[in-house]
Amino acid sequence: MLKVKNLSVAFGSYRALQDIELEINPGELVVLLGANGAGKSTLFRAISGLIRPSAGTIEYNGKTITGQPAHQVVRYGISQCPEGRQLFPMMSVEKNLLLGAYARRKDREGVRRSLRLVYDLFPILQEKGHLSAGSLSGGQQQMVAIGRALMSAPQLLLLDEPSIGLAPLVVKQMFETIQRINEAGTMVLLAEQNANMALKISHRGYVLENGRVVMHDKSEALAGNEEVKKAYIGG
Amino acid sequence: MAGQKKWFKGSTLLVVLFLLAALALPQFVSRYYIQVIAMSFIFAIAVYGLNLMEGYLGLLSLAQAGFFGIGAYMSGLLTLKIHVSFWLALPITALLTAVLAVLIGFISFRTRGHYFVILTLCIGVIINLVIEKWESLTGGVRGLIGIPKPSPLGPLTFNTLESQYYLVLAFLILTVFVMQRVVNSLVGRTFVSIRNSEELAATLGINVMANKLLAFAIAAFFTGMAGALYAGFIRFIGPDVSNPNLTFEFLLYLLIGGQATIAGPIVGTLVASGLTEGLQFFQEYRMVIFGALLMIMVKFFPWGIVGFSKMLWSKYQKHFMKKASEGTATMSTAKGGEI
Repeated sequence: MLKVKNLSVAFGSYRALQDIELEINPGELVVLLGANGAGKSTLFRAISGLIRPSAGTIEYNGKTITGQPAHQVVRYGISQCPEGRQLFPMMSVEKNLLLGAYARRKDREGVRRSLRLVYDLFPILQEKGHLSAGSLSGGQQQMVAIGRALMSAPQLLLLDEPSIGLAPLVVKQMFETIQRINEAGTMVLLAEQNANMALKISHRGYVLENGRVVMHDKSEALAGNEEVKKAYIGG
Repeated sequence: MAGQKKWFKGSTLLVVLFLLAALALPQFVSRYYIQVIAMSFIFAIAVYGLNLMEGYLGLLSLAQAGFFGIGAYMSGLLTLKIHVSFWLALPITALLTAVLAVLIGFISFRTRGHYFVILTLCIGVIINLVIEKWESLTGGVRGLIGIPKPSPLGPLTFNTLESQYYLVLAFLILTVFVMQRVVNSLVGRTFVSIRNSEELAATLGINVMANKLLAFAIAAFFTGMAGALYAGFIRFIGPDVSNPNLTFEFLLYLLIGGQATIAGPIVGTLVASGLTEGLQFFQEYRMVIFGALLMIMVKFFPWGIVGFSKMLWSKYQKHFMKKASEGTATMSTAKGGEI
């Protein structure tokens, strides 16, 4: 399980995150709501080791991982799927996926199993395995990005706005897939602006505003909360 | 893909043609041109180092002439002053140059983008100055004179220009072979992923620093080796072999040929050397032409001659495939080659 305690991140004098308290328990799908600039991506970057927090700790399975380099954090079982997909456009779909298994490339059998798993989850990717990732549609590219994050066989998956720029129907499928990944036993932390859908599939949610957690509760409760409705769901 | 099919790939044919031409060349051209082309081959080896850094890793190192100079001087000093065999001096030189690159890398990879470029340029200038001013070791501006020819290797001797030409060609082939293996391996893809996004690479579990050091070391290894070959071939070296201007020549060759391609460095070096020969009557003004050429290349052909030809080739193939599939119902489409 992941425990974030008292986490603060500062860029110069600008405080991007302040005293964040957040935890994810085994089996949970937790959603992180917040407008642009609320600090969602910063929190993700801090958890995955890309930026150093100015204060606070991040514990994973009872071990403090604060300040560990990003390439080490992957090996603990935390995998990030970055915002905006960020594929290697010239490389084939399969090579993109295999790079996701970089940290455990020696475990050939395990990598093959993960690839099988990803192809079962996204059959279209197997069909397009040899095409360059850049030639795929937006939704398929997002599949590659999620698949790549799964290739390291993570216990905790960090998904940064996977629905961004996708057609509504594709978004729906994407959320169903995320739910399936979670039901198979992977903890998921999902950053979203699409609160309506995200709250439907998640167990709990945190609301981030100006770098602070202003609310956290069970998803049903958040979905029923007037302020959340007004700010993130509309209507 | 079946190995047999690969024989029919256009690129293989080109490689074979190039090799035949390179092997037959000394029979057909004057000594002067053998010399010029052998020099191009030596520079091309160094350009392969730059290609790995700038093309595949995405970090432009301007310290490359420094490594070339260190390679030339180290090998020159080893063979001239303490009479080490060329065949021992060459690997020692290449290895030590790589070690030095790792040390430099520890400092310089703390910077990124333009800062890295500026820092490596400074390192190149410093290496140049050290070579020029350390008179007791390097002979200062007088340089090293009378570096021995490469010593015989079993029955092979390297006393004639032709034999030295083949020696250089052999090392060029070795370099291309190794580079081709590197960039098409997981290591190569690791470099490319760092070029695309360092952060993403790190979140995939790639140790970015270690891989940058590895690329820098491989690049310096071959650049140092090129320097050692230069020393054994020209047999007189001065501080100019480490002049930062030489780095910019390497860069020019790379951009003309095409970065991040395997054929780019050799094509670029040969074309640019050919142009230099053709434009000799312009003397210093040839740089005006090169400058304009470089601007046109960067603006319209950012992937150089090789990248542009590949684009044309794949367009032609697509066109051809379309026509073929219109005619006959089924035709197995070959997988498009990468890099």
